[in-house]
Amino acid sequence: MVWAIVKAVVVFSWALVTVLYITLLERKESALIQDRIGANRAEVLGLRLNGFFQPFADALKMFFKEDYIPPFVDRPFYMLAPLFALVFALVPVGAIPLADSVKIGERVVSLSVIGSNVGVVLVLSLLSLGIYGVILGGYGSRNKYGLVGGMRATAQVISYEVALGLSLIGVLLVFPSLDLNEIVHMQNRYILGGWVPRWGIFLQPLAAVLFLIAGMAENKRVPFDLPEGESEIIGYFLEYSGMKFGMFFVADFVEVLLLAALFTTFFLGGYNPPYLFPDGFHFPWGGSWLLSPVWVRVVQFITFNIKLWIMVWFLLLVRWTYPRYRYDQLMDLGWKNLVPLSIVNIIITAGIMAVIK
Amino acid sequence: MRLFWEAVKGLRVTARHLLRNLWKFSLYYVGLSKDKGVVTLEYPEERRETFPRVRLRHRLLRREDGRLRCVACFLCATACPARCIYIEAEEDPDHPLEKKPRQFVIDLGKCAYCGFCVEACPEDALRMDLHIPELAEYNRDDLLYDIEKLTKP
Repeated sequence: MVWAIVKAVVVFSWALVTVLYITLLERKESALIQDRIGANRAEVLGLRLNGFFQPFADALKMFFKEDYIPPFVDRPFYMLAPLFALVFALVPVGAIPLADSVKIGERVVSLSVIGSNVGVVLVLSLLSLGIYGVILGGYGSRNKYGLVGGMRATAQVISYEVALGLSLIGVLLVFPSLDLNEIVHMQNRYILGGWVPRWGIFLQPLAAVLFLIAGMAENKRVPFDLPEGESEIIGYFLEYSGMKFGMFFVADFVEVLLLAALFTTFFLGGYNPPYLFPDGFHFPWGGSWLLSPVWVRVVQFITFNIKLWIMVWFLLLVRWTYPRYRYDQLMDLGWKNLVPLSIVNIIITAGIMAVIK
Repeated sequence: MRLFWEAVKGLRVTARHLLRNLWKFSLYYVGLSKDKGVVTLEYPEERRETFPRVRLRHRLLRREDGRLRCVACFLCATACPARCIYIEAEEDPDHPLEKKPRQFVIDLGKCAYCGFCVEACPEDALRMDLHIPELAEYNRDDLLYDIEKLTKP
């Protein structure tokens, strides 16, 4: 029990700090793509460090902004919606293994908050609960534009959930387990003479692309950001201000973190760098570098973070590259391209698996 | 499939911008290079160079012995299309042939920065060559620039 609380505090503070710096990365990366510098004025004790403290300044600003609640809203739903959005984005992060599980005496302590053996199902179900935040936000605002925006977002998220789930089936056929930690373990074997790791992206390239696209649509980022459409299409949180809007905003970035973490876990070998085994590195060209279990965990945690940041970098790059989809194009892409492709992927994968067996 | 490659092409463009600017700006930031790579001008610290003929804040010139060059001839006030120059003339006790301004006020809130006053001035007493773009004040009354403000920029 105590351990669970400690793990929860550590992991969620890790997640929130990472999210803060994802916002900074987003600002800086978009700036550099557009030949600008980006926020670099936040100053602590005369130190600017080119914007290192900017996320904290942003957070402070969010806290101290006026939180205006319009008189016509449906108060309970209105208050609950940002909470739902944030909580259901944050909780699945706890299911992701940040390093291999540790054996303390008899007990095996997994290094994720929810060391569940059905992690995949858990994450997917919590992800789909996240739309309650959206639809309650739209409904509770008692604003027809907000409601329409909420409906639009719900339809989008539900449609892409199908493609998301189906693209994962192929992965689950190759790595037959629902335990995220176990899936990571199974990716730590090597093919082609021991050189190439059995990462999901090498075994299931199509599923990786489909998962990435569906995931981006799922967390409502550009080019699928019709629900938010900050200035052009009115989204579901138009009646929110101050910290409640801030919670929607943070939930958005937590979902980016979650998508990057899930992609890392399913397709990039999770927390394992190439050639790392439970007792240290064993290189295919001979030679090995043995590490104590604690150091193995540290290396795994650092590797996970590096892979995560590479994925976040890629997601933000995608965000600042493409224009927004039109709504019918969005639905076409989801139902007419992603879903059939993921079904084809399942059939091919299953066929190959059957032939190999 | 063709669309997919087009999308990848788009990613290449943004990634190229990102990496090029990141590389150039990092070199600049640690002081290894003068080239910033980005177009941002960090304004209070860095300023864009103004053109030599740009017309910004006015200044009143003095003669070599320290007196104002202005002889309160009212030509600038007459030429001003915005009527923003207010002059009060008085006798100059030391030089009985000349007048001098007791008050010379330009209301920068009304001024259109057309430069007609500078062209009208026969004594070359008024110029707009300060190249100071900060022309804002917190009060309208502070926009009334008198002799003191106009001579000491």
